[in-house]
Amino acid sequence: MTQTLAKHGWTLGLAALFAALLILTKMIQPDFGLSGLDSLGRAALPFAFATAAMTVVVLAGGIDLSVASMMAVASVTGARLMDGATETEAVWIVGFVLVVGLCMGAINGALIVFTRVPDIVVTLSMLFVWEGTALLILQGPEGGCAVWLTNLILGGLTLPLLPEGLTNWLPKSVVLVIVVLGVIWVPIRRSKLGLSIYAVGSDPLAAYRSGVSLGQTRIIAYALAGLLAALGGLSLTMSTGIGEPIPGPYLMASVAAVVLGGVALTGGKGGLMGPILAVFVLRLVRMDLTLLSVDPNVTTIIEGTIMVVVVMFGGLLALRGRIR
Amino acid sequence: MTKEPSRLSRALSDYPLIPLTLLLVVLVVALELLRPGIVNERWIANTIKFAIPLAMLAACQTLTMLTGGIDLSAGVAATVVAFVMATQVPVLGVPLAIAVSLIPAIAMGLLNGFGIAICRVHPLIMTLGTGLVATGCLQVYQRFVIASGSVVPESLAWLGTGRTLGLPNSLALFLPFAALILLAQRQTGFGRLLYAIGSNEGAARLSGVRTWQVYFTLYALSGVIAGITGLLYVGLIKAPSLSLVNPMLLPSVAAAVVGGTSIFGGRGGYGGTILGALILTVLGTLLTLVQIPEGARGVFFGLIILAVTAIYMRLTNQT
Amino acid sequence: MTQILPRSPLLNAQGVSKRFGAVAALKDASLSLAKGEIVALMGANGAGKSTLVKILTGALRHDNGQILIKGQDRRIGSPRAARRAGLVPVYQEPSLIPDLDVRDNLRLGDTPVEPFLHWVSELGLPDLRLDAMIGRLPLASLRILDLARAIAAEPDVLLLDEMTAALPADLVDRVLTVVRAQADAGRSVIYISHRFTEISTLCDRATVLRDGVTVGDLPIEPGIEERIVELMLGAGVASAAQSRPPKPRPAGQKPRLSVRGLAAGTKLTDVSFDLHAGEVLGVVALEGQGQDEVFDVLAGARKSLRGTVLVKGEPAHFAHPADAIAKGLTFVPGDRAHALLMQRSVRENIALPLLARLRNWGPIAMAAEGARVGAAIERLQIDTRAQGEVRRLSGGNQQKVTIARWVAKGVDTVLLFDPTRGIDVRTKRQIYDLVRDLADQGAAVLYYTSELAEIRLACDRAIVIFGGRVVDQIEASAASDAHLMRAAYGLTEKDRATEKDGATA
Repeated sequence: MTQTLAKHGWTLGLAALFAALLILTKMIQPDFGLSGLDSLGRAALPFAFATAAMTVVVLAGGIDLSVASMMAVASVTGARLMDGATETEAVWIVGFVLVVGLCMGAINGALIVFTRVPDIVVTLSMLFVWEGTALLILQGPEGGCAVWLTNLILGGLTLPLLPEGLTNWLPKSVVLVIVVLGVIWVPIRRSKLGLSIYAVGSDPLAAYRSGVSLGQTRIIAYALAGLLAALGGLSLTMSTGIGEPIPGPYLMASVAAVVLGGVALTGGKGGLMGPILAVFVLRLVRMDLTLLSVDPNVTTIIEGTIMVVVVMFGGLLALRGRIR
Repeated sequence: MTKEPSRLSRALSDYPLIPLTLLLVVLVVALELLRPGIVNERWIANTIKFAIPLAMLAACQTLTMLTGGIDLSAGVAATVVAFVMATQVPVLGVPLAIAVSLIPAIAMGLLNGFGIAICRVHPLIMTLGTGLVATGCLQVYQRFVIASGSVVPESLAWLGTGRTLGLPNSLALFLPFAALILLAQRQTGFGRLLYAIGSNEGAARLSGVRTWQVYFTLYALSGVIAGITGLLYVGLIKAPSLSLVNPMLLPSVAAAVVGGTSIFGGRGGYGGTILGALILTVLGTLLTLVQIPEGARGVFFGLIILAVTAIYMRLTNQT
Repeated sequence: MTQILPRSPLLNAQGVSKRFGAVAALKDASLSLAKGEIVALMGANGAGKSTLVKILTGALRHDNGQILIKGQDRRIGSPRAARRAGLVPVYQEPSLIPDLDVRDNLRLGDTPVEPFLHWVSELGLPDLRLDAMIGRLPLASLRILDLARAIAAEPDVLLLDEMTAALPADLVDRVLTVVRAQADAGRSVIYISHRFTEISTLCDRATVLRDGVTVGDLPIEPGIEERIVELMLGAGVASAAQSRPPKPRPAGQKPRLSVRGLAAGTKLTDVSFDLHAGEVLGVVALEGQGQDEVFDVLAGARKSLRGTVLVKGEPAHFAHPADAIAKGLTFVPGDRAHALLMQRSVRENIALPLLARLRNWGPIAMAAEGARVGAAIERLQIDTRAQGEVRRLSGGNQQKVTIARWVAKGVDTVLLFDPTRGIDVRTKRQIYDLVRDLADQGAAVLYYTSELAEIRLACDRAIVIFGGRVVDQIEASAASDAHLMRAAYGLTEKDRATEKDGATA
């Protein structure tokens, strides 16, 4: 029990913080309800997927600076193909975009493994490459999006067998994040592949000696990040209805959320829950500040300060632990 | 995994600037072949003019990377200094405005130093966070000074864009600057300690180095260098904005990396970085000349950085 | 040269060679191993031992030669392939994942849980929890887990590389017993160790490498140690250094360093001793008795909980290694990787302490520095052929660089923590000579060693630490292995008395 608490303490703390912030929001804005949660969920969607992508590579001991650029590629690919396509064709297009994401990630991983250039440098280079690729696909924000995709994240959840009131308060976008990430991550985390990802991030030499194939595991981790980034790109297209070739602020934000979520940048420590919760906490803070009609620029300062203070505090705590 | 280096690779790792110089020459020759006559005195001056701010911002990355760090707040620091200076000139006059404008850069550096040395936050995260906070502060600051307007002093414009005897005036700032850094990295105690911390921080501590002193000095220095870069750059562009130098941040990391400084610390130096900045600038011209879409330019730019780094690391046996 | 060919070799490596660029790490290495046999693989550092191990376990590929396993020619490409071929290694450093628990680590390597637990308890850790995080377990336990995991994989050949290096003596005995039992059950073992006592009790044969060539293959019998040392060193090297005559100490001299009632961490509870100028004080202790903490506190790398440290009679407090260095206390850690700037030159490594202080941050007087560094290199006879990067030096030369650093700075009080761990015999002797030399010139030396014989070879006096307290003090010339070992286990008269007191109180 205490061990579980120690292991998941950070995540539980974040969950408590999120709950407290929700209550605070309700106090600021008494009619905060589905529409508020809905806009929160949709705003958080691309950030959540970007953060998930970053989390996977960081767990494997790497970093991917090209996350935002891959999202842009996925977004414009989807938007361009869906422009004028039928609703059923869109299903195939979504599948195709996910494969594209998987391939982009795998290319990043393979380049890191085979050139032996440090991951920061490779993904920094690939940041330019994917950004350029996105511009080649679409010169500016245009394209289209299937209606069913847009509806997927619009409004509250209704399930066929349950009364509407029971589930309606829950925004579809939040459910989408949870379901998609659950379907992708939970089986992996439980499998030997998941163990290998943690092993490679934790101690590559020991992992190699335990029979883990380092290169293969790294490439798979990056490919997964590519897949998740593609989901992030699609979610951008879903919420705006068009494709945007210029990468958004997702790189910095995802690194911030990963750190806030209790994942060690050195790899091997942490989980996916923490960073995703951190995304929602950060989005909710921004929303509350807007509700309090604070200057949006001050919001940026506060966000940055939260991040800096939390990582410094976390660093000091870790230092304490080591001395004792 | 531990491969014994061949004679060639040893020679190259002893003189790492040779292959970079060769690459630069190849790029210039390619440019001349592509568009005969382009490489003239004017072009050279122009290239140097644009490479200098990049090389200076890359000094922040080189010095911090030697310790195994990075300064992702350098771009913002440069922007902040340029913006504050330009908006304070109408109020305070040029010399005082320049002095005041450097204060936020130093403060950012000290904050970075505090987070990295005392709280042991990873430099990537710490400088990223400082950059975010500073960007927010700059936006708020802008609201207060929007009325007073901004002026780029003549002296900075002269330094940024002027030419004397066909050479850009910014060399007058850059040559002493580069000489100082090159000398400092090898022949001063502080420079040696950067390499020492980057190689093995624990060993440096056990040898009696108070690493926090080095980190505070280093990141404050990086802030100052970024600030000076901002001043020079705003003289070159002549229009201060809220994201003036930010787009140069990732290229500055690339310049240091292409120049052979290891992102893990303990290896490399500023000589390579200067060449790296020149290479990236010439490469930019080359890609603009070849008539391909903007997107394809980005693709090539990224691939070439990667290829150069990979080949260079192989040659100097760093893997 | 005596060659004993086993009847039916399970593993037979013949004429194995490996070049790294211009350097031949292995020229003609041979090793054969029969079923149920324990063979010691011996050689000075740089002889090619580790290269051969890496080839056998799939971390490197050999250029020429033949490796037959059960009569089949095998090229082993990865640790996984080695495992499939029936060859399971236990490396010097633990190869378990720190951020996973024991169970997940077993799953990762496909190790069956039941036999693993059996061997763990057999090896002396019956209380192991499967949900224990590897990163929180002590080093000695990790070595045991590594060994248990290797045995549970039921290999044909076990390769143990310095298996006992970090183990307390009681676990060493357990390990030796279990390894012997494994051999009796028909498994073969390649055993690498610098400890002759273990080799003579455990092994059947010794294969000796020198300069990449197998120069001997001899059965273990009484008195074989000198022969092995000769083979390892090559011809014309003097036999073991003599022990040091006791040294008269001028009366009334203030000790250079006095430690009183020192406590730190959880292991170090109450240690007191005096260290005089011109003296080498040996420290003997089983693993984890608080000796690490003593050295760390004196080096300024760790805070003490209680107790006082007097340097030349004045109380001293160290919040940082720089404070200790300012008081003349210089520390050479046991692990070279903790002390060296691996990618930097020999010169930069040696000059590092000269530049540490803020006032030395300015321009370096290059000529003066060069002279100082050069003198230190000369004094320690460091092989400077590969001085561009310290990582290219051999282990022994690296160790010399860690000491040369303080010789160049000027030595006052030196804290040497197991300075000869894992280095070859020749360098060991050079280090003993140097330590004596330093002491004769007025330095005070605190010398922890994991090899009991070194107390007589290098020290004047010794203290024995057990359970965080000093349990014995003895003149080095009177310190027999047996006496030291008994003391290290806490079996002294004084200790029994205090135990009794504790019981009545």
